[in-house]
Amino acid sequence: MSGATGVWGALGTLIRRDLLLALRRRAQVLNPLVFFVIVVTLFPLGLGPAPNLLQKLAPGVLWVAALLSAMLSLEAMFHSDFEDGSLEQLLLVPQPVFIIVLAKALTHWLLSGLPLLLLAPILALWLHLPNEAILVLLITLALGTPVLSLIGAIGVALTVGLRRGGVLLSLLVLPLYIPVLIMGAGAVDSAAAGLSVGEHLSILGALLAFAVTLAPWAAGAALRISVE
Amino acid sequence: MNIAEFFQMDGYALYVWGAYGVTLVVLALNVMLARQQQRKALRAILRAAQRDRSRA
Amino acid sequence: MWLWIHKFGSPKYFYSVSGKLLPWVAGATVLLIVMGLYLGLVTSPADYQQRETVRIMYIHVPSAWNSMFIYLLMAVAAAIGLIWNIKLADIVAAVSAPIGASFTFITLVTGSLWGKPMWGTWWEWDARLTSELILLFLYLGYIALQSAFEDRRLAARASAVLAIVGAVNVPIIYYSVQWWNTLHQPQSLGVGMSTIHLSMLWPLLIMALGFKLLYVVILLMRTRAEVLERERNNAWVQELAQALAGRDFFRSGNEYR
Repeated sequence: MSGATGVWGALGTLIRRDLLLALRRRAQVLNPLVFFVIVVTLFPLGLGPAPNLLQKLAPGVLWVAALLSAMLSLEAMFHSDFEDGSLEQLLLVPQPVFIIVLAKALTHWLLSGLPLLLLAPILALWLHLPNEAILVLLITLALGTPVLSLIGAIGVALTVGLRRGGVLLSLLVLPLYIPVLIMGAGAVDSAAAGLSVGEHLSILGALLAFAVTLAPWAAGAALRISVE
Repeated sequence: MNIAEFFQMDGYALYVWGAYGVTLVVLALNVMLARQQQRKALRAILRAAQRDRSRA
Repeated sequence: MWLWIHKFGSPKYFYSVSGKLLPWVAGATVLLIVMGLYLGLVTSPADYQQRETVRIMYIHVPSAWNSMFIYLLMAVAAAIGLIWNIKLADIVAAVSAPIGASFTFITLVTGSLWGKPMWGTWWEWDARLTSELILLFLYLGYIALQSAFEDRRLAARASAVLAIVGAVNVPIIYYSVQWWNTLHQPQSLGVGMSTIHLSMLWPLLIMALGFKLLYVVILLMRTRAEVLERERNNAWVQELAQALAGRDFFRSGNEYR
């Protein structure tokens, strides 16, 4: 990555590098997805298979499971780079930290959020969610999971230097995920009830825009503190 | 209003006095812990000062 | 203002000024709270609908105001500490968190105790109570992060970022919870501030001021203790120790041996 590369070039290079690295550690990428499927499966087993009950609970169950699985994969975002020292070097490149964090969050989303979009329809069918609601579920996941990656980046950046960061990370990040959960599950719920979802979706979009512009700054500042 | 009526709170004594009681306990604990911390800090400094003096 | 911050920001200056200030603030706090309690518990009337339980308001609402105010103040102090590297601001932020969490806890418990006779349940997913619960989580996260670092400066800086992110998120969380609540159940506890009668407003405002000052008292006490701990090896603390060591007060009792 030479200094001559533009900002977008740097972004692309970083994402490509991280995706390649992830490809070599496939289990690490797959585990949170399996976790997502298992958590969703636990609910019918715990609540009984009554279709209307499952349908009522499906939006919340799917979104909570998405939250948890996104959180599980967060730690990998900076961890190996921190361990082998490449994070320190990344912070020295001429491109702003903003870009580095953005690239990391985007990679995290590509590996954790995007696959959820593919898995979610199947799980939604298992929970007897009606078709219109499944479409809305996909839209909310598409808008909401990047927010999870971005807010999560702040949490990981703060805890990456700590030996026991895992549980702490969830303590820091989960309360901040609440608005996304409310809007995401609320939209699917409304869609299942045949109500309009425009308001939910626009608020989710606003949250995404807000997170994209602000979260990388905060995570960048946190990274500088952690690496110091 | 007499004293007994005041403490009965029209039958809501448990809730009203419970709320005031919890508040009192938590806030008193805050003040007490702050005082304890201050004393501990002073004591540590005094001990260090005495140690220095006896060494001198 | 700038000079004042720097002067007051020096731990030594803070310690001496706050020491002189503390008894007065503490006195005013006791006075206000005793007055507020008297007005709230004795002279103010019972509510027409809520009857005597309305008296819980005089501690519930001031605690709720404090819980939010302290979070904001904590974030501002943390930001000042982070940007201008002022140690005292770091201490104020760190020390405020447990106090704010205490007030949040009080708000939750008193709200629950108010809800039982009014709603018939100990817990209702009312927008304000739910927001307070999330605020408590935010405080606990901050405290956990603060204590996870061994290095104090690092702890202060990392948790400052969290406090600022949290403060930006608090209104978003608050509005989304409110919005969620109106969708699911339009029930709400409490007295509309506009309709409240003067005989109830006065004790409420006096208690609110008393609780604010109580926060200041606890904040000053804990900040002073923290300053002493951190500045242990500085000359002015040593001098203080020498001056105190001469007094009988600190010689009595085995605990000082």
